[in-house]
Amino acid sequence: MRSNRSFFAPGRSVLRSLPFVSRGLFVLFFFLLAYGAIAVAEVKPAPRPLVVGSKNFTEGVVLGELVRALASTAGPADHRQALGGTRLVFNALASGEIDVYAEYTGTLTHEILAKQKPGSLEEIRAILDKSGLLTSESLGFKDNFALGMRRDLAERLNIRRISDLRAHPELVFRFGTEFMERGDGWPGLREHYGLPQEDVLGIEHDLAYRGLAAGEVELTDLYTTDAEIAYYDLLTLEDDLNYFPPYEALLLYRAELAETHPAALEAMLRLQGEISEAEMVSMNARVKLGRVQENVVAADFLRESLGVEIHARETRRVDRFFRYTGQHLALVASSLSFAILIAVPLGVAAARRPRLAQVILGVVGVAQTIPALALLVFMIPLFGIGAGPAVVALFLYSLLPIVRNTHTGLMGIPLPLRESAEALGLPSGARLRLIEGPLAAPSILAGIKTAAVINVGAATLGALVGAGGYGQPILTGIRLDDMGLILEGAVPAALLALCVQWLFEWAERAVIPAGLRTRSRV
Amino acid sequence: MIELSHVTKRYVESTALDDCDLVIAPGETTVLIGPSGCGKSTILRLMIGLQLPDEGLIRFSGQPLELSALPALRQRMGYVLQDGGLFPHLSARDNVTLMARYVGWDAQNVSRRVEELAELTHFPIDGLDRFPLELSGGQQQRVSLMRALMLDPEVLLLDEPLGALDPMIRFELQNDLREIFSRLSKTVVMVTHDLGEAAFFGDTIVLLRGGKIVQRGTLQQMLNSPADEFVARFIQAQRAPFEAMERRP
Ligand SMILES: Nc1ncnc2c1ncn2[C@@H]1O[C@H](COP(=O)(O)OP(=O)(O)OP(=O)(O)O)[C@@H](O)[C@H]1O
Ligand SMILES: [Mg+2]
Repeated sequence: MRSNRSFFAPGRSVLRSLPFVSRGLFVLFFFLLAYGAIAVAEVKPAPRPLVVGSKNFTEGVVLGELVRALASTAGPADHRQALGGTRLVFNALASGEIDVYAEYTGTLTHEILAKQKPGSLEEIRAILDKSGLLTSESLGFKDNFALGMRRDLAERLNIRRISDLRAHPELVFRFGTEFMERGDGWPGLREHYGLPQEDVLGIEHDLAYRGLAAGEVELTDLYTTDAEIAYYDLLTLEDDLNYFPPYEALLLYRAELAETHPAALEAMLRLQGEISEAEMVSMNARVKLGRVQENVVAADFLRESLGVEIHARETRRVDRFFRYTGQHLALVASSLSFAILIAVPLGVAAARRPRLAQVILGVVGVAQTIPALALLVFMIPLFGIGAGPAVVALFLYSLLPIVRNTHTGLMGIPLPLRESAEALGLPSGARLRLIEGPLAAPSILAGIKTAAVINVGAATLGALVGAGGYGQPILTGIRLDDMGLILEGAVPAALLALCVQWLFEWAERAVIPAGLRTRSRV
Repeated sequence: MIELSHVTKRYVESTALDDCDLVIAPGETTVLIGPSGCGKSTILRLMIGLQLPDEGLIRFSGQPLELSALPALRQRMGYVLQDGGLFPHLSARDNVTLMARYVGWDAQNVSRRVEELAELTHFPIDGLDRFPLELSGGQQQRVSLMRALMLDPEVLLLDEPLGALDPMIRFELQNDLREIFSRLSKTVVMVTHDLGEAAFFGDTIVLLRGGKIVQRGTLQQMLNSPADEFVARFIQAQRAPFEAMERRP
């Protein structure tokens, strides 16, 4: 009676012999997996070009573009734009993920090296030398911190100096997030001047200007080279008690560049002493107010001031769209396919062992409660900057919905059905494959769908750690107050979420076993 | 064929089976009967290893029922539940043939066996490709029976197989079932709470109460010499409606 032809006999493909586990799910999954694999392969560093970094404000990005453009005259050079705040970018330099970025002496003395309290550039250099870092000479301008308010308001309240603020405790202060926390920022300033204001909050630096213009914000921190000072006709208050240190702009770079990229180093150091404060203000203005891209502004400066001819052109919107889409899809696909590979077995294990279930669901649940931003930052020391931390963070976020839905899907199968399968004599693995899996498939797929949709949205945060994707134009758009750029990221992100939703609904229809669908027909 | 010796099964709040000895004779139909909660289903579930006894030993053809031996032994038993327990995502045919395909029967043997069983259980051939939800309750039970019989097991375990059916279909299936049992001469253990049904099927009736076997024998024996007051009352309670009708002019 028995033959040696197995249940999944040759001649019938595995897919066809599993009528109940839909082919749709398989195809979708393998597509995801393949895409994820390609994406991960791409994440690996290529043969090493020089990597320039920049902090997430316009001047930082412009200086980064200047350095990249000069370095590229000597060899390949990348610019990882607007990576994040001071700490993040400095750590990226210290760990060797970037080779150079533009920094300010005041930030070095009062924030990065605040513990050592260096008093001079020589002392700064001595400390940095121990970490294998070097500084260039000044680039030629200072970009100091200052407090600013609208000239009309300042005149009305008769405020000219910072100490005048003591008499106006009701003023609304909004500071850049970094200024709120830095040692040389608000906490020290408040103490130094004994300022009484209570309504003080952190806000994206560039949004503060808009608040100021709209009258919602009455005082904010400024960089003295900001283009907005002139544009909004702001008054910078005199630092009469000498709180702010000087912020001389310079390049901070890794010592080994002298060996690994000597020509590039020499080229970029040509910037020393070449940029005047007026030139910097005007470059900032062209980017922020004139909406010219940083690479173009940088190329123009190099041609006019240094006589270096750099070929730069504005990136086209379509090119940007495809690049961001590729990056975004890579983030989502790789994190989601890893999550499926791990979470489905975890869900099965949880369903099989109730005591294990509490541990698994607990741990996975905790991962979900970590705020996305914090999770990204936690990942940086482990996975560096770029796609790595973003993929891991998204992966962790995707686990819970999939594990939970796998677990509830399996637990929701009526006991008589589970016992019938057992009573037939099917071993555990076969029960999972033939009975429990297909019955739980709709629930599992719903979990994957939830994870995917969350993932598409959360992946926009990846831009904060240099992972690119649709978050990039959103961040740049916020920085440049350019609604067009913000929409360039926000609209495709929303559309992608809809597409993912639609794709999974299609797959759901294919994966729900036909026998369960008849319920609606009867 | 199946032998329970000193079997006890406890749950947190109750003892479902209390030091039970029971021998199921091969080729016979044994009916388990008793009030709700007395442990009838528990006995069947222990026999097919869905639960393990807390104390005592269960043997199948002399072989102790152990975890490692279970999958193989289960293929020698067929198990039918009150509501069928059919897999909703599989067609009637796939439900019936699932196990045969799993153990590697070839397609020809499988389809020959299905036709045989459909005829035996009076199941319409064109219903085979429908899903359980597209079948009537009686048809579902026939599919469930076919599934239990597919591998030609030595023992059939039936837990109130007719419990969820309306009286007409129930009557029809009772007759079909008895015919099947006598044709196949299998060892059958069946649970019911209907005395008439028990007498209709059972070579031997086992009456349980509170996890203990109170009496074992034919209906006639229980009528003539009930083991105790409970047996007499149990039989009386089930006969009462019919006697009341007979007394009417
Ligand atoms: N999984 C379980 N957990 C706890 N108690 C249980 C469990 N299964 C059965 N019991 C208890 O064991 C006792 C015997 O149950 P069993 O299902 O064998 O009764 P039964 O004779 O089949 O009753 P019925 O005629 O209502 O089906 C009952 O008191 C029941 O409440
Ligand atoms: Mg029962």
